[in-house]
Amino acid sequence: MMLTRYITQIGRYFLMLKEIFNKQTKWSVMKNLIFKEIDDLIIGSLGIVAFISFFVGGVVAIQTALNLTNPLIPKYLIGFATRQSVVLEFAPTFISVIMAGKMGSFITSSIGTMRVTEQIDALEVMGVNSLNYLVFPKIIALLLYPFLIGIAMFLGVLGGWMAGVYGGFISSAEFINGTQMDFIPFHIVYAFIKTLIFAMLLATIPSFHGYYMKGGALEVGKASTVSFVWTSVSIILFNYILTQLLLGS
Amino acid sequence: MIEVKNIEKSFGGNKILKGISTVFETGKTNLIIGQSGSGKTVLLKSLLGIHTPESGTISFDGRIYSELNPDEKRELRTEIGMVFQGSALFDSMTVAENVGFPLRMFTKDNNKKIQERVDFVLKRVDLTEAHKKLPSEISGGMQKRVAIARAIVNNPKYLFCDEPNSGLDPNTAILIDNLIREITEEYNITTVINTHDMNSVMEIGEKILFLKDGLKAWEGNKEEIFRTDNEAVVAFVYSSNLFKKVREAYLKE
Repeated sequence: MMLTRYITQIGRYFLMLKEIFNKQTKWSVMKNLIFKEIDDLIIGSLGIVAFISFFVGGVVAIQTALNLTNPLIPKYLIGFATRQSVVLEFAPTFISVIMAGKMGSFITSSIGTMRVTEQIDALEVMGVNSLNYLVFPKIIALLLYPFLIGIAMFLGVLGGWMAGVYGGFISSAEFINGTQMDFIPFHIVYAFIKTLIFAMLLATIPSFHGYYMKGGALEVGKASTVSFVWTSVSIILFNYILTQLLLGS
Repeated sequence: MIEVKNIEKSFGGNKILKGISTVFETGKTNLIIGQSGSGKTVLLKSLLGIHTPESGTISFDGRIYSELNPDEKRELRTEIGMVFQGSALFDSMTVAENVGFPLRMFTKDNNKKIQERVDFVLKRVDLTEAHKKLPSEISGGMQKRVAIARAIVNNPKYLFCDEPNSGLDPNTAILIDNLIREITEEYNITTVINTHDMNSVMEIGEKILFLKDGLKAWEGNKEEIFRTDNEAVVAFVYSSNLFKKVREAYLKE
């Protein structure tokens, strides 16, 4: 019974994806919606992403330094470990899980509120493809999500450098040497491929939970929670699959 | 004119509409009344295409909705104006943006022309000072008037209203009723109103459809509803002493 329900929901999700790209909204209207979504979702997340990335980068550097007790292990590994942790996992994956909470609950609650106040019915009655009108601009806006993750990567490593150097764990030259060591450009490509897939999940799963919710204000809150759980689960699952596919050979 | 022929609709095996047929006439205020659970909202949502009936047809001036292709359905929907029970104004837009929304979506009019049309309809619903306000900054009655303005801005052929005066004080409710009736006559549109409000029935019921348990129990107009002996109508409409007295007074005249 439960399995049938999950399969039905997954089918419904893919039908929703198809409908998003049907019957496009006029460009003159869509353009403004996209700019608004960029402001809400990308610009609006810059502060929290910068704050978290900077301090977590710092903590990664300190933890690595504190665990490198063997004098034979070179100190530049602190820079290396910080770069690898931040670029490969922290920035693309864990910032995305945090964004599933921040952006995801915003998307679910705003669309869910439109559902319970009949604003979505109003769009449909007017002949507007409400899924295209509401979800398509979010997908386009989140094409800029890699920009946010790029900033997270930079600030994470910067945080690591500052914590390492000003905390007296490592010299600046050693840290920079570590961040440049064994650099594989494909790791950046891998991180940004993940980021784009996560961006699609971040735009569509919360929209799905908001769009198809039923009930009132209480159910909007419940839908936001459920949406956060499923977006996070999907991100972690896709992270595993993509890592296996792109790096696991 | 909207012609409904023998429509049936069920939810989870429970038949809500049981073969309803009627005609909603152009230039008249057509009211759907009945107790909660009688099928009024399902009928209205079926007319709007939100619900798809299992059998029967709904035709808009000869165009049978179920036989239209998706593009024709969307085209038909641009001829429909709807006033929702909770107004359903877009809360991120100002009053003027809400009213101009159908024009921006479906016409090639430039901003100046849209602004002129918005000014005109807002003046028509007597709201000239609220252009830049958000829906949350205006009263419930004003929100209803904005919803009416948005519904008529694109010159619809069909206007649907779901409980247009619910939650309003009696004066504002009468203003809204009269506004809908005036607009219906002025633009010669087919107006269908779903209501519980017996004042509306007495004021603007040019055609009244009474539903009971998913069936058409009675239809007529506001004069006929005073004279009918239909038990279901009498039990529903004249359940309050006030309306009983109004009826007695009317029949004495």
